[in-house]
Amino acid sequence: MMGKTLTRMDLSEAVFSEVGLSRNESAELVESVLKHLSDALVAGENVKISSFGTFSVRNKNARIGRNPKTGEEVPILPRRVLTFRPSHLMKERVAAGNRR
Amino acid sequence: MIRSELVQKIADENPHLYQRDVERIVSTIFDSITQAMADGNRVELRGFGAFSVKKRDARTGRNPRTGESVAVEEKHVPFFKTGKLLRDRLNGG
Repeated sequence: MMGKTLTRMDLSEAVFSEVGLSRNESAELVESVLKHLSDALVAGENVKISSFGTFSVRNKNARIGRNPKTGEEVPILPRRVLTFRPSHLMKERVAAGNRR
Repeated sequence: MIRSELVQKIADENPHLYQRDVERIVSTIFDSITQAMADGNRVELRGFGAFSVKKRDARTGRNPRTGESVAVEEKHVPFFKTGKLLRDRLNGG
């Protein structure tokens, strides 16, 4: 059952068949949605898509890491990471869909 | 940013589209991602990130209030991993 990997192409194909725009314009719209999501996150905003989930940007402090292979200490600089918290609806649909 | 603000931005850039079409486009995109995961597939959006499904094994949980043991069944949960380009951009790259 685990198998397929969908890409931008599959998303634009879905827009194409659902809305009836050209394939080209559908692809551009998918790209534009991803661009707006990314830009907002890079600007430090959280992005909340109802019934889908919330993307939030979190700040991580600097800490001393260790190379697990060599045991060497390496400084890990402060950085920003992105986390995604799925909505209840998404969790339910994913759980239900993968139940045997 | 929330869903309606995203719809508004796309609508502003595409004055030839009706607002309700933009709403359908945005919904179709997010819904396709959710549906793919419900079907056990993953969605890889280069530069942005990848949505996949992770399996959580069955375990014995505990009711934190009463301390009672409860069987928790195996389940599948959505997972998102940030893409390299976006991760770099978040850190000034």
